Amino acid sequence: MGTTPVEPDFDVIVVGGGIAGCVTAYLLAQSGHSVALLERGEQVGSKNLSGGVFYAKVMEQVFPDFLTTAPVERRIDRNQLVFVNDESWVGVDYTDSRLSNTGTAVTVLRGRLDAWLGEQCEQAGVMVMPGIRVDELLREGSAADPRIVGVRAGEDELRARVVVAADGVNSFLARGAGLRTAPPLHHLAVGVKGHITLPRRSIEERFGLTGDRGAALALVGSVTKGVGGGAFLYTNTESISLGVVLRLDDLTEKGLSSAEIFDDFLAHPLIAGYVEGGQLSEYGCHLVAEGGLAMRGRVTWDGLLIVGEAAGMTINNGLTVRGMDLAAQSAISAAGAITAALAADDTSSAGLAGYETSLDASFAGADLKTYAKAPAFMENPRLYKDYGPLLADVMHGVFGLDATPRRSLLTVARHALKGSPVTLKNLALDAWGAVRAL
Amino acid sequence: MKLPSLPERLAVNRFVTDDESCHIVVDQEIARSTGTVQRLISCCPAGVYSVGADGSLEVEHAACLECGTCAAVAAPGALRWEYPRGGFGVQFRDG
Repeated sequence: MGTTPVEPDFDVIVVGGGIAGCVTAYLLAQSGHSVALLERGEQVGSKNLSGGVFYAKVMEQVFPDFLTTAPVERRIDRNQLVFVNDESWVGVDYTDSRLSNTGTAVTVLRGRLDAWLGEQCEQAGVMVMPGIRVDELLREGSAADPRIVGVRAGEDELRARVVVAADGVNSFLARGAGLRTAPPLHHLAVGVKGHITLPRRSIEERFGLTGDRGAALALVGSVTKGVGGGAFLYTNTESISLGVVLRLDDLTEKGLSSAEIFDDFLAHPLIAGYVEGGQLSEYGCHLVAEGGLAMRGRVTWDGLLIVGEAAGMTINNGLTVRGMDLAAQSAISAAGAITAALAADDTSSAGLAGYETSLDASFAGADLKTYAKAPAFMENPRLYKDYGPLLADVMHGVFGLDATPRRSLLTVARHALKGSPVTLKNLALDAWGAVRAL
Repeated sequence: MKLPSLPERLAVNRFVTDDESCHIVVDQEIARSTGTVQRLISCCPAGVYSVGADGSLEVEHAACLECGTCAAVAAPGALRWEYPRGGFGVQFRDG
């Protein structure tokens, strides 16, 4: 052999300046390690996009004053779930001051939030390097069981004792090294989002809000033209984030256009009034991991950890759509394991195993398990096609007084079911499925 | 609210266009024979893909919003898609 081992440039290289990457880098720098954060955008945050609701309590473990110092928008205390048809909609509307008092969920704009996280990293001593695309992981050892020793960006090679892949849903680094495979289409969705600027007063009047309180709407049905997925509308301080999320297996099978579905969503009578007079100030999209626990897979190799959405860590149970909180927890778990591994001078997969142990023991690991059946439940086409009209027919039977005698609610429901493709057996099985999955 | 057309909408975004290299490369033959052409055109929210006068798949890489949906729905070998070089491409202000 006779080659001298190359001295690493850093203790840790983190690739990707999202929530997972920034929190990992920040915590490691605070523990006294030399850390580089490589980001391909012009600055941290400029490639990042989320729907926008962040269940941010976990961030208080990292930044105790997160809710008052970070650039967050509104505290969500009004949640609506609405089954939407072309000209009718039926929903649940839940407002609770306990949610805003504790700051359970806040709306965020990632271009702003992540730029702030990047600044916190810099102040903690992280070497933040924007404008750098990492092309591949540097590997040594066997192809089947390599050791990751750094990264290559163009002609430059940077070496570290540990590399953290926080490179997002496409997870190109791990895939390029043959460590992860591309997920199946039914575990992926495309989110198409508009950011619409409106005067603060208009937003508060239209959604019945005061102060920094906010509303989050989850919509299902004709807003996606029946494609599996849904639509969302979130209030920010002086803007609205809204869009559609379309499961790729269903979108390609139906041959519909994602851009046209987005356009039609904004023109829907439920939505049009909310955005009236607004100005589209940004248009973006993001691939969304929808597989839940099934997508997570292996997250630790010799010299490498995978965090956040790069490890497929998301939960969508139809009511709450989560990714950022899981990213933050994965970062906390990863940073703790890396610190322990560096102290023990063992950054092998075994030495880094504390990451998975900590993740599994956390709320993120527990919730991924609790909702493991949610993705399969959410693939039920009746959710997007049949339940909206059925619910509206029941409601119409109750409210559509036309000088004919009313029937009892049960009779109305039975009649509506008769006219629907949904059978009583479907209804029973789907209700049971919902109980088991959610 | 009147929604601006797709090109007008993209013009509102901030892009740093890479005039020297293109991050999307199509294998026309595989794209055509596997039905990938239609999939790309309908799935891409940015309208990056279209069919040109000569029937080939055209790529407007400067409009790309970098989600990776095209790479996910393309048949194997039909598309080589990577992120733009560092510092180039869409730069979200809001995100």
